[in-house]
Amino acid sequence: MEFWGYGRSDGSVGTRNYVGILSTVICANEVAENISRQVAGTTAFLHHQGCCQTPIDIERVNDVLVGLGRNPNLAAVLLVSLGCESTDVEKVAAVIAQSGKRVEIVVIQEIGGAAKAAAKGILISQAMAVEASEQRRALFPLNELVLGLKCGSSDTTSGLSSNPAVGVLSDLVVEAGGTSILGEVTEFIGAEHLLARHARDKETGKKILDLVDRMEKRAVQMGFDIRGGQPTGGNIKGGLTTIEEKSLGAIAKAGNAPIQAVYEYGVKPGVKGLVVMDSPGREPEILTGLAAAGANVIAFTTGRGAPQGFPFVPVIKLTGNENTWKNLRDHMDVSVVSIMEGTETLAEAGKRLLSETIEVASGKRTKAEISGYTSSMDIYMVGPVI
Amino acid sequence: MEYDAIMIKAEDNVATALGDLAQSREYRVTAGDALLKIKVKEPIAFGHKFAVVDINEGEDIIKYGEVIGRATAPILKGAHAHVQNIESLRGRGDLVKKGA
Repeated sequence: MEFWGYGRSDGSVGTRNYVGILSTVICANEVAENISRQVAGTTAFLHHQGCCQTPIDIERVNDVLVGLGRNPNLAAVLLVSLGCESTDVEKVAAVIAQSGKRVEIVVIQEIGGAAKAAAKGILISQAMAVEASEQRRALFPLNELVLGLKCGSSDTTSGLSSNPAVGVLSDLVVEAGGTSILGEVTEFIGAEHLLARHARDKETGKKILDLVDRMEKRAVQMGFDIRGGQPTGGNIKGGLTTIEEKSLGAIAKAGNAPIQAVYEYGVKPGVKGLVVMDSPGREPEILTGLAAAGANVIAFTTGRGAPQGFPFVPVIKLTGNENTWKNLRDHMDVSVVSIMEGTETLAEAGKRLLSETIEVASGKRTKAEISGYTSSMDIYMVGPVI
Repeated sequence: MEYDAIMIKAEDNVATALGDLAQSREYRVTAGDALLKIKVKEPIAFGHKFAVVDINEGEDIIKYGEVIGRATAPILKGAHAHVQNIESLRGRGDLVKKGA
């Protein structure tokens, strides 16, 4: 099996072909958004970071912007900078450019304000968009798929149907030589012993346990029961009682493939197969982390109906909740209600999901893309704003 | 559908409702190859859980064959098992604060 993608000069393969307008700091979001609105074929990445943070987070902002810029779904990149931020804009541009992509920078304070910056940015990105539009899709093997895994607005159907179905999809992608990235470390709590058993060796298993321990300590340090935050109020209404229960359902997305390696947030996997990436469960931060890690398509399960998408990585929504499938059809791409009804096996549903993933990777638009519900983005920080 | 609720593993002590269940009615609960009949003591909403055996206060709650929490009150067979009678054992910063 193959999909139609965009080959990039660093060997990676995109499923979309946007010019990325990346804001390098919260204070440049307005201009980045404005430029993107004016130029067809572009998409903006906006966030709340890049200044008044501790060095570990500044470094993370640099790394995540590099990862996003190098994501194969972007044909070229325009960085929009205010000029006084902590982000190392020149370095970010240089590292993205190493991938062979065209990268330009517009600095608001240097050029003389937002209007001039927008005008220059519009002209640059128009040229980039024309150039990008000349590239044609070609057939690539499935080992070029980098699948991100996510569940959101979960209920008890997630653990029974949509997550295990995505687990089959993940196994099929891994079997075909592709990559699958599992994040949402908060939702390993109570199920980490099972994931650790899936690790390829003891050392990798220990890394998983350490990651969960670090995440749980962060939450516990605040002095509260995490219930209400995890599981969320909506999860509880849907019948999920504890984080352990949510986690046991959530990790079904990982399928049965061995976990090859464990990475920090937003780091591009150095190996193929199933990998774990540190990230919280909240949509903007994990979708951004998956995109920075090079995901070119994301499978997102939901029980109650999570509509979020990402600006330049297609997010496929699937649900096993019949009410959600009926009521939120304009946000849902695939139904696996059949699993709940006992009319389709997990293996059959997983194969159907793989076909849909290939379609979407080849250009079929997701509901999130069609409806423009694609602004779920931000960078996950570990320290305070100072 | 041939059943109304599901136990994911035979050793589970709670089942998940696959539809809205009415009070004082008997329902079919699947547990692998076995099919149990359990009368629910109160309305159980779609996706919510009920006890399939009497569970004592302090006892582990088992779903997926794994511990998902602990009973904070006795939960009788057929009773709604949720946040009002189950606590999580993880991420409990409140207990750390109390010095527990």
